[in-house]
Amino acid sequence: MAIEVRIPTILRTYTDGAKQVEGAGSTLGELLIDLDRQHGGLRERLVDDGGLRRFVNVYLNDEDVRFLAGLDTPVKDGDTVTVLPAVAGGGI
Amino acid sequence: MLRVPKQIYDQIVAHARRDHPDEACGVVAGPAGSDRPERFIPMTNAARSPTFYEFDSTEQFQVWREMDDNDEEPIVLYHSHTATEAYPSRTDVAYASEPGAHYVLVSTRDEHETEFRSYRIDNSQITEEPVTVVE
Repeated sequence: MAIEVRIPTILRTYTDGAKQVEGAGSTLGELLIDLDRQHGGLRERLVDDGGLRRFVNVYLNDEDVRFLAGLDTPVKDGDTVTVLPAVAGGGI
Repeated sequence: MLRVPKQIYDQIVAHARRDHPDEACGVVAGPAGSDRPERFIPMTNAARSPTFYEFDSTEQFQVWREMDDNDEEPIVLYHSHTATEAYPSRTDVAYASEPGAHYVLVSTRDEHETEFRSYRIDNSQITEEPVTVVE
């Protein structure tokens, strides 16, 4: 068993086009480090020094991890993590 | 070029007018790879602001899962500008992450005339495209 991670179109250049990849870890932060070992550069698109980037949404199962514990959110085998680009903008 | 059914065009404009002076936003889904905008999905602007819009992240998750289940994709991503022209702002470009989508901008700055324009935004490059409304 592993943690399934769904990758949006815009980031599939890091996963050789794969829609779904697998990783391991006990927190979201660890999972992203593990993913980066397999798919170099992916983590940097998702996190910066301050934590999760503003331009992406990351969900554990169906919950936005910003409402959980962000990168410290515990994850376990069988969970699904979904990454979606945030849709935002504005007139100014 | 964006070909958009009249009914969907009208729904986008009506949504923008209804939420004015706040920005309105939403998606038009269609069969993956078809380039046909068919299913109008107005979204909540979580920012509720006249100068910024942001999809509610939980609502976005549900809508994206629904599209995935239906083999659909976001064909159009639309939002309104309520005091400026219907042209992508720097913020719009910074966030744009669907190079395959038509970014529709509606301006409601004029009470009577609504601007409705469409763009591709790929790698920070803005390309305007013609809009054809079909019956």
